[in-house]
Amino acid sequence: MGQFLPFYKQVFKNLFSKPATTQYPFKPKEYPERTRGHIEINKDQCILCGMCMRSCPPGAINVDRAGKTWTINRFDCIQCGYCAEKCPKKCLSIIPGYQEPGAEKFAETVEVPYEPPKPAAKPAAPAAQGNAAPAAQGNSAAPAAATAQGNGTAPAAAQANAAEKADSTSGD
Amino acid sequence: MGNRSIVPYGPQHPVLPEPIHLDLVLEDEKVLAAIPSIGFIHRGLESLTSKKDFNEMAYVAERICGICSFMHGMGYCMALEDIMNVEVPRRAEYLRTIWCEMSRLHSHLLWLGLLADGFGFESLFMHSWRLREKILDMFEASTGGRVIFSVNTIGGVLKDMPKDMLEDFVRQLNDMEKEIRQTTEIFLSDYTVKSRLVDVGILSGEDAIRRGAVGPMMRASGINVDMRKNGYAAYNDLDFEVITSNKCDSYARCEVRIGEIFQSIELIRQCVAKIPDTEINTKVTGMPNGESIIRVEQPRGEAFYHVRANGTKFLDRFRVRTPTFANIPALTQTLQGCQYGDVPLLVLTIDPCISCTER
Repeated sequence: MGQFLPFYKQVFKNLFSKPATTQYPFKPKEYPERTRGHIEINKDQCILCGMCMRSCPPGAINVDRAGKTWTINRFDCIQCGYCAEKCPKKCLSIIPGYQEPGAEKFAETVEVPYEPPKPAAKPAAPAAQGNAAPAAQGNSAAPAAATAQGNGTAPAAAQANAAEKADSTSGD
Repeated sequence: MGNRSIVPYGPQHPVLPEPIHLDLVLEDEKVLAAIPSIGFIHRGLESLTSKKDFNEMAYVAERICGICSFMHGMGYCMALEDIMNVEVPRRAEYLRTIWCEMSRLHSHLLWLGLLADGFGFESLFMHSWRLREKILDMFEASTGGRVIFSVNTIGGVLKDMPKDMLEDFVRQLNDMEKEIRQTTEIFLSDYTVKSRLVDVGILSGEDAIRRGAVGPMMRASGINVDMRKNGYAAYNDLDFEVITSNKCDSYARCEVRIGEIFQSIELIRQCVAKIPDTEINTKVTGMPNGESIIRVEQPRGEAFYHVRANGTKFLDRFRVRTPTFANIPALTQTLQGCQYGDVPLLVLTIDPCISCTER
């Protein structure tokens, strides 16, 4: 009889114990904080360097420098975390929460506000910022240039220069 | 002489949802010979080395298998570390050892479940997998993944386990040990289970060597062979005896694997007690140039990695010989002379992982 007993013990235990499974839809699973669910980007820190795109094993990430977008196809992503590891600015992180299933693969695009530094504009940057603020607010870049032309030739060149800078920075 | 016939067995989910095909030559109910064929799910992972650089390949390598994924990643990283002369920090070696033993635990519990399912003991199957689930939760808490861990990198590991996490794991394993003992006791002493396992699929020690079996298959034939004794990772600091059995049958394979479950728990305890406080990875620079061969002991047996690098970021050659591939000749030996009804069980006793085999 001894050879039959081991499982009987287990059977009686099963009758009087709670289920080992969880009531899934009513009681959703809680993920530990380290769960690699999906990649999240902190777009303010991104410098569009493209390291994530080049290191991604399945090629799920696409970085468009000209269009200033960072695109991820979450259905191709394998959640390996290599992009987050390679990112020089550490703006990518991998956090809990999986991509929900869908009928077709789609990509998620994030607009990155990064402005690449212009070597020529660098020395005059503080002056340009000072002028840019009112110019952008009142949208007065064009009238300013017009009045400058009416005033005279010498200051006109300087003011037109400032207006040009205001134009370039107001795209932010 | 009875009626001879050939029965195609597989490749559609013969006993487990993985495609292996066997042509069984039967005489009445007795199997005279088994001719295996594989190659149904070849993925060409090895040739990806020409498209993915050697750092990305660490993530590809661990996708060879869904059960011993950690050890595939580790074996690949060990080979590259050998080529690039990188010294891995001691703590990383210990962390790798802990994850290896956790992989062994969950793989053996999975196998016990499949075995129970194979001979139709469904509730025992559920119990084995219930226990395995806790190990997967521990993996998720420590690495962030339940199946694919992505923590190995060339030069160490990417994630550390803090002291309280390690202690919590040991506490959980101590609790689980009692439950595992209760469940495995059923495998070892239940009359029904024994009637299916004892004296089924004999593989003598001589045959095991001749057919080049590896892992628990070899050890269940009384041959003392375990790659962990070569002392890779932190195994040279740990105290353990290789578990063997002289019974040579399916019961012996079950016995060896159950013994290894408790051994793994013990090894994790030793690791947690001894783990040093150092860095977890070293920075690796430059390109690999050279050749290396690494052998690691996976739950299913010895895996063999051959990596050849040529000084560029793409490797020349990456070759893996997985334990299931090495065990298929031994399987055909055990199938000879068995009853037709025992074939699923015998296929299971090598702990087949066909996806590993195909790569």
